[in-house]
Amino acid sequence: MMTALLVMIGLALLLGIVLGYSALKFKVEGDPLVDKIDAILPQTQCGQCGFPGCKPYATAIAHGEADINQCPPGGEPGMRALADLLGVEPKPLNAECGTPKPKSVAVIVENLCIGCTLCIQACPVDAILGAAKQMHTVIASECTGCELCLPPCPVDCISMVPIPEKVDNWKWRYPVIEIKSLAV
Amino acid sequence: MLESYILILLGTVFVNNIVLVKILGLCPFMGVSKKLEASIGMGAATTFVLTIGSGSSYLINQYLLGPDLFYLRTLSFIVVIAGIVQFTEIVVEKTSPVLYQLLGIYLPLITTNCAVLGIPLLNVQGNHNFMQSLLFGFGGSVGFSLVLVLFASMRERMEAADVPGPFKGSAIAMVTAGLMSLAFMGFAGLIR
Amino acid sequence: MSLFKFHGGVHPPEHKLKSTAAPIRSVTMPLRLVLPLRQHVGNVAKLMVAVGDHVLKGQLLAAPDGMISAAVHAPTSGTIAAIEERLIPHASGLPDLCITLNADGEDRWGDHQPLDYQAQEKSAVLDALRLAGVVGLGGATFPSHVKLRADDAHPVLTLIINGAECEPYITCDDLLMRERALEIVRGIEIMQYLLGAKHAIIGIEDNKPEAAAAMRLACSQNSISITVATVPTLYPGGGAKQLIKVLTGLEVPSGKLPTTIGVQCFNVATAYTVHRFIDHGEPVISRVVTVTGRVAQPGNYEVPLGMEIFDLVQAAGGTADDSNGLVMGGPMMGFNLPSGHVPVVKGTNCIIASAPALFAPQPPAMPCIRCARCAEVCPVNLQPQELYWFARADNFEKARSYDLFDCIECGCCSYVCPSRIPLVQYYRYAKSEILASDKARQAANVARERNELRLARIAREKEERAAKHAERAVGARAEAGGDAKQAAIAAAMARAEAQKAEIVPQNVTDLSPLVATEIKAIDARRGKVDDRD
Repeated sequence: MMTALLVMIGLALLLGIVLGYSALKFKVEGDPLVDKIDAILPQTQCGQCGFPGCKPYATAIAHGEADINQCPPGGEPGMRALADLLGVEPKPLNAECGTPKPKSVAVIVENLCIGCTLCIQACPVDAILGAAKQMHTVIASECTGCELCLPPCPVDCISMVPIPEKVDNWKWRYPVIEIKSLAV
Repeated sequence: MLESYILILLGTVFVNNIVLVKILGLCPFMGVSKKLEASIGMGAATTFVLTIGSGSSYLINQYLLGPDLFYLRTLSFIVVIAGIVQFTEIVVEKTSPVLYQLLGIYLPLITTNCAVLGIPLLNVQGNHNFMQSLLFGFGGSVGFSLVLVLFASMRERMEAADVPGPFKGSAIAMVTAGLMSLAFMGFAGLIR
Repeated sequence: MSLFKFHGGVHPPEHKLKSTAAPIRSVTMPLRLVLPLRQHVGNVAKLMVAVGDHVLKGQLLAAPDGMISAAVHAPTSGTIAAIEERLIPHASGLPDLCITLNADGEDRWGDHQPLDYQAQEKSAVLDALRLAGVVGLGGATFPSHVKLRADDAHPVLTLIINGAECEPYITCDDLLMRERALEIVRGIEIMQYLLGAKHAIIGIEDNKPEAAAAMRLACSQNSISITVATVPTLYPGGGAKQLIKVLTGLEVPSGKLPTTIGVQCFNVATAYTVHRFIDHGEPVISRVVTVTGRVAQPGNYEVPLGMEIFDLVQAAGGTADDSNGLVMGGPMMGFNLPSGHVPVVKGTNCIIASAPALFAPQPPAMPCIRCARCAEVCPVNLQPQELYWFARADNFEKARSYDLFDCIECGCCSYVCPSRIPLVQYYRYAKSEILASDKARQAANVARERNELRLARIAREKEERAAKHAERAVGARAEAGGDAKQAAIAAAMARAEAQKAEIVPQNVTDLSPLVATEIKAIDARRGKVDDRD
């Protein structure tokens, strides 16, 4: 009986020492997973997920504090990519966070703008150009379509305009065989 | 001598495949076979754990327990394997965070993987010496990795296949696993 | 010379004889020309004219924007009538920015003269070519000045001139070689000089013996040595990489340019336009177009760029009654035009009036039976059945890892597929999805960077503000006990008092009696209100 106890205690001690040493030796610095998640997120910085930006949301996912289905701009494909990366089941997007919309850019109606700079302060990517009491304008190529500039505008002069399909952003469609209607 | 080693290796990989013939270690087989990368990682981790585990459990059984303390076998094997799994987990987390995330719960579950405990126990049963135990563990885990990788590649293809509704997902995976098992039975009689 | 073989390939019926009977015909200059600003691969050209401007033939209308871009010129003299979005010949069927030019009927050339290319720096000649709008006329429309720039890291030893013209129906290069062999050879001579290539090979498929004979004759009259090689007729032997393989035995590595193996490849029509520009000063304002299929007079026409395709088909006698549409390019790689009312552009090599009898409608696709016939015919050694599997399931990363982007969309796989699966459409779909997501990823990276910079700026400003506050607080505390400050405050207050005393309201002097009584009344009322309070 005594030997059995001793043997087990000895084993446990030995393993404890080995594990304790390796835990120190292979200590993980930082969290590389956050960057991997952040790379998938669309970087609109829109905050629809309930976090103040894409990076905080990525951190929350990595720590298991947020679900993968809270990003409407990333949409279904983004959620799938996250599910793939993390090895979890895909799930439908959380409707509370909003619904995916076609990619849009903000446009300022320039003759209504009063030059209050509130939208400039709201823009997460500094895509609005202007100065106090001067007309503002959106740099369309930098706008992520996050809609964060809409609420602060006191005169509602900002609207979201969906990006139209042009020759340079046109995509080939998924091949579908057309169904012909037979003359009855 | 060498011949017996080769026989053990071939036998454990193909003829007495731990998953498809002995039907051990089914949880990771079904759980970590959705993605090829994850299954390769799981195979490598299991191979590492099993080879070291069967070697060290042989040593424990032979020199620490002996015939007197045979009743401590299962207990001490589990403790040793758990220690090795923990060690593996720490190393994987450091070296490949994505693999760590992909393996998720299945990495610590290697501890309770029946194949991982089964092989050291089979070693004792078969009265293997140290070298044979090591090879038995290595061969068994290579067999495990082989079918895991094969199965994962099949499941990746099945993702895009037109599977009838009721068979989608796990159902077709089970059917496929059954067919694979049948195929591996064809190896029976390869080694007399 | 010894020839090699590329993997796969198919033998579709050629249908070339129909359009080779007559020589290249010219068309009457149309009254209106529509010139898209996007006629080439790369950046859209920059507008250089405004509505109402009068331009001369050959005048620059739009300049290249950036390195990979090409210029657009006026094909005739006239007035710019409009600059607007119009339908262009593109698979999308979407409109794009175009210049509309109303011809004045004079067809008067602007100032143009030959370029003494040997007297100048090579880079100056290339810049001139860039401004001349020279692009690959085989259909890819890649700006030629980029390809002609000699690169020290990858010197070009062999210049290959592509006269294979492997696609059925198309004969514009064939006729050009037959009739303008000397001019083409002159163009090759210039190109060889610019690239510093050791030798030049012209590859012509053996179904064009007249063209090969004409080229041989022209080469024999020229001082530099150019080899004319007849290659076996096999589609897609006119693909640049396939022709390089057949003529040199070298394979262009996946994702690399031909220059990495010391080869550069140009179309014969491109060589012709180089000659026209260098020796005559004429930019690219016209091209030879094959008009064939169900038209009354199939043949090749020298067409000014910007002519409406409908007018061109009318010039070829109009379409037959059973014709149900127009195809631009060949039957293998071309696409259905959204309408006949689109202009001829630099990439228009062929117009086919299609009919159900010519191109049977696509039968419904059946499941893939994994017969691997597509893999047998694939000229780039891909696994089309795997690519199809991944593209169909939107598994784009896998498709990319199976070298989807090496696919030249030649259509051999679709041609031989016994299940009639539109394979190329799946590849095009997957490619454009991948490109779009790559673009989105780049945009996301830019947005991330901008967001990080903004956050850093906000943090910095906060810090600076805090530092300033702290500094001020320290300063205030230091001076709080000092007499100097107290004295200053007292002095300021005294000054203010003195000022106040000096000020006399201007509007209380010289009051009329009426106003004075009114003020009194108001003061009385105010007093009452004050009392109430």
